[in-house]
Amino acid sequence: MSFFSYAWDWIKQPQQWHGAESIPVRIVEQLGYTALALLLAAVIAIPLGILIGHSGRGGLAVVNVANAWRAIPTLGLLVLLAITLKNFTVAWLVPLVVLGIPPILVNAYEGVAGVDPELKDAARGMGMTPWQQIRKVEVPAATPLIVLGLRTGAIFVVATATIAAYIGLGGLGRYIIDGLATNNYGEVAGGALFVVLLALAVQLVFIGVRRLLVPAGLRKQARAS
Amino acid sequence: MDWSAVPGYVRDNAYLGIVPALIGLVISVPLGIACVRWRWLYPPVLSVTSMLYAVPSLALFIVLIPYTGLTDTTVIIPLALFSLCVLVPNVVDGLRSVPDPVRQAATAMGFGTLRRLVRVELPVAVPIVIAGLRVAVVSSISLASIGQLIGVYSLGYLIVDGYQRDFLEEILVGGGLIIALALVCDLVLVLIRRLLTPWQPRRSKRELLPVVVTAPAQARELSRSAG
Repeated sequence: MSFFSYAWDWIKQPQQWHGAESIPVRIVEQLGYTALALLLAAVIAIPLGILIGHSGRGGLAVVNVANAWRAIPTLGLLVLLAITLKNFTVAWLVPLVVLGIPPILVNAYEGVAGVDPELKDAARGMGMTPWQQIRKVEVPAATPLIVLGLRTGAIFVVATATIAAYIGLGGLGRYIIDGLATNNYGEVAGGALFVVLLALAVQLVFIGVRRLLVPAGLRKQARAS
Repeated sequence: MDWSAVPGYVRDNAYLGIVPALIGLVISVPLGIACVRWRWLYPPVLSVTSMLYAVPSLALFIVLIPYTGLTDTTVIIPLALFSLCVLVPNVVDGLRSVPDPVRQAATAMGFGTLRRLVRVELPVAVPIVIAGLRVAVVSSISLASIGQLIGVYSLGYLIVDGYQRDFLEEILVGGGLIIALALVCDLVLVLIRRLLTPWQPRRSKRELLPVVVTAPAQARELSRSAG
C-alpha cells in the first residue's frame, strides 16, 4: 500500500472530521501556534535587523548567530525546555520563537545593509533624518529580503510546531506522535499529509505577500535587470 | 548515565548528517552546471528546491516509510533533498563568480568546454560550493536527530531517552554532542577548502564563516523570476 492510500483510509473516516480532536481543529491549532510564534519572532527580529543594518555595527555577530543556530537540534531544545520549565505553554513557545528569529534577523540585516550606497547618499543629500532614511528608503528597498526572512522563519516554525507534539503540544503533529506511539500508520500518514499541505500553503501565502509588499519601483527594476 | 553506547550514536549521527550532504552535492553539481548553461532552467529548479525545503522533515520521513521502511534511507533521502536548497544556488553562484577574462584566457589557451569546466570553472567555484556544503552538513547533522522519533538511531536517542526518563544530564549530553559534531564537521570542511584552494589568501577569522549565510542570491533570482 502506498503512503496516500494509508492516509486516505484514515482521512475518510467520519470521526476525523468531528469533535475536539478532528482535523479542522488541529489545522486551526497549528496555524495559531505558527502565527503567534512567527509574529513574536518578527516583532523582535525585524526592528533589530533593520537597526543593525542601518548602523552597520554588530553585523558579524548577527551572521555568527545565524550560523550557530543551524546546529541547534530542535528536538533537544524542545525536550530540554519541557523538562526544565514544566510549564508547557512557555516550553513550546520559546523554541518556536527562538528558532524563527535567526533567519528573519539575518535577512532584515542583509537587506538593509545591502541597500545601494548611492541610494543612501541620495536620501541623506535630500536632507532626510535618519528615521526618514530608514522608513522611506532602506526598509522599502529591503522588503524582498525581509519577506524572504519571514518565509524561511515560517518554515522553521511550522516544522518545530509539528515536532512539539512530542512534548504535548496540539496541532497536526499530534496525529503523527500519537499514531507512532500506537503503531497506527494510517493516522501517522494522514497527519503527515496535512502537515505537508499546510507547509506548502504557508509558502504560497508568503509568495503572495511578497507580491503585495514589494514596492512597485523595485519590481520594475528587478524585471529590467 | 551509560556512556558505552555513546560512540555508536555519534557514528550513526555523523553518517546520517554527512551522507545526505554528499548525495546533495553529487546531484547539485550537474544540476547547477545545467542551470548556468540554460538560464531558463534555474527559476523552476529554485522554486522546486525551496518548496521541498519547506516541508517539515518529520512529515517527509513518514511519507517515505511505506517505501523504504524504518531504515537510514528514510532519513537520508529527505535530508539530501533539503541540502539541494543551499547547494544548487551556491554551485550556480560559484560558477557565475568566474571572471570573464579567466574564462576567455582558458578558451584562448585551447581549452574546450568540458576541460575549461573541470580545470578552471569548478576549481574557482570551490569556495562558494564548500560554503554551501558547510551549511548542508551542519543542518543535516542536527536534523538527523529527529529521525529518532521514527526509530532511526542517532544522538537523538539520548534526547528521547532522557525525556522519557526525566533525565536532564542525558538530554544535555545528546544536544551538546550534536552541536559539537556539527562544529567539528564544519571545521573539517574549512580545512578541505584550504587544501583544495591553496591560491586563496588566508584571511582573518571571518574565513571561519561560510561566505554565503542566507540566500540573498536566491532572493534576487526569485525576485527576478517572480517580478
